[in-house]
Amino acid sequence: MKIPLKYTFRNLQSRRLTTALTILGITLVVFVFAAVLMMAHGVEKTLVATGSEENILISRKASNGEISSIIDGETVNIILAMNQVARTPAGAPFATKDVATVINLPKTDYVGITNVTVRGVSPDAFALRPMVKIVEGRAFQWGAREIIIGNSIARRILNARVGGTIKIGGDQWTIVGRFDAEGCGFDSEIWGDVLQLTDALGRSNAFSTLTLKLRSPQEFDSFKEAFESDARLQQFVPKTERQFFEEQSETMALFIRVLGIFITVIFSAGAVIGAMITMYGAVANRTVEIGTLRALGFRRRSVLSAYLIESLMIALIGGIVGVVLASFLQFFSISTINFDSFAEIEFSFALSTGIIISSLMFAVVMGFVGGFLPAFRAARLNIVSALRAS
Amino acid sequence: MAGTNGTIISVNKVRKSYYRDTIEIPVLNNISINVPEGEFLALMGPSGSGKTTLLNLIAGIDRPDEGEVVVGGVNIAALSESELSKWRARHVGFVFQFYNLLPVLTAYENVELPLLLTNLSKKEKHEHVEFALKLVGLSDRMYNKPGQLSGGQEQRVAIARAVVTDPTILVADEPTGDLDKVSAAEIMELLDRLNKEYKKTIVMVTHDPRAAEKAHTVRHLEKGELT
Repeated sequence: MKIPLKYTFRNLQSRRLTTALTILGITLVVFVFAAVLMMAHGVEKTLVATGSEENILISRKASNGEISSIIDGETVNIILAMNQVARTPAGAPFATKDVATVINLPKTDYVGITNVTVRGVSPDAFALRPMVKIVEGRAFQWGAREIIIGNSIARRILNARVGGTIKIGGDQWTIVGRFDAEGCGFDSEIWGDVLQLTDALGRSNAFSTLTLKLRSPQEFDSFKEAFESDARLQQFVPKTERQFFEEQSETMALFIRVLGIFITVIFSAGAVIGAMITMYGAVANRTVEIGTLRALGFRRRSVLSAYLIESLMIALIGGIVGVVLASFLQFFSISTINFDSFAEIEFSFALSTGIIISSLMFAVVMGFVGGFLPAFRAARLNIVSALRAS
Repeated sequence: MAGTNGTIISVNKVRKSYYRDTIEIPVLNNISINVPEGEFLALMGPSGSGKTTLLNLIAGIDRPDEGEVVVGGVNIAALSESELSKWRARHVGFVFQFYNLLPVLTAYENVELPLLLTNLSKKEKHEHVEFALKLVGLSDRMYNKPGQLSGGQEQRVAIARAVVTDPTILVADEPTGDLDKVSAAEIMELLDRLNKEYKKTIVMVTHDPRAAEKAHTVRHLEKGELT
């Protein structure tokens, strides 16, 4: 038989300040914990959204990002001649040869420069990536030293506005438009004509990656099989565009998670000690009550669970408040250099059910660790000495 | 429930010592006492004479070093910790000097507490609590918390809590020790009534000669021995 929950609950209410401070300690730790996970999840979400499940991206095997990948024009032609590649109504392969490079540009928010991805694309790029839409100005003209900038670039880079110019590869390029890419990684990029860009960078007929559509997404396996059996393509690897960009988030997300969790676990020691002090205080203040409950016939384990539940309640309230506060971070976006692409990427904190569950579990674990010893002490109290504590 | 010859409590050759660091302090020295069913026994004696220790042994919240304590035919010294908890819940009603009510619970909830350890239905529990509170004359203060009651009222709630499960014995440790004269007299009246009308066996420790007057039998303890 259990000691009624209302006893536990009203005791929490009766010492409001201590309870509130303990809850605050747990709230802060859970807030940081959730924020870190939301940050890592935000990076993943942004990059995953960049890639489409239906586009196939071909890169050099040994490369760990677009920038270090090189694919020559001859190889591009071999790949584009493959059967499974979709054709446009005019009969041309449905694909974009991208060249990606990183340039340094000054930031708006503080004195300093940052890395920005410049992507040269082929005419089919807009059809392959329909989320990219011009929202101001116009698209660049093919064959001209013109560029368009993502929303995030417009916000973060000094003088990045339609009508302005940016120096790339020794030349001044005119910004003719601004595009929105629905918050994905392209929003943090500058786009221009691939041929103009390879020319400016002195990389004629060499691209970074090739992105294409298959006649049907189901043909990926047969495409891959044909690709891998072609001796001329051994240095390259086809992936879905989504998988490619997802992998671009791995190092960053892992880094944020490991560092963040490491820090929060250290913080949590403070919150656990706080909960422990509170619960030891509760046991000390209520020693006579514990003795009375035991005398009335409540068992040790009932006392143990009553005090453990009290600690878990404190932790759970702290956890819920922490998660609610962290959920407001979704309205904020931050930018950082992605380790995989060496370019700065803007992303939002993203909450998921998994993060909510992990954060609450983390809170409950803190409550359990902090509450167990005091609860154990309460359960082990000698009835006679407990009653005499008055 | 009663043992042979209507004896409800039988304490046989009990010894009990406490240890302060490594020094043994004998408290009860070869004590034997029989309490017949329906008795109202007062244990008196100076501080440190061992009367509360004897009461604790009878109530099953402490164990003797030697000897046996038989209550209602059960040698409670031989019970395990959890059996003893169960036994107390069923057979012992406690009245403490400082009432020992749980401050966050109402009078009703305090009285209901021992019933949570029984299998009674919700309705039965409600009836028992109402009856017990009516018995002590506090039906109108049911939803007050201990802080909103006077000392005498608190002790009456504690008595209601002690009798609500209809236990075999009532143990009272200085039940009037913290009360003014008038309240103390009321509490003694109540215990007297429980003994006379409801045939409750009561063992009471007291310093108060006026309280002891209500008891049928008064036994004195001195230096761990009954005189």
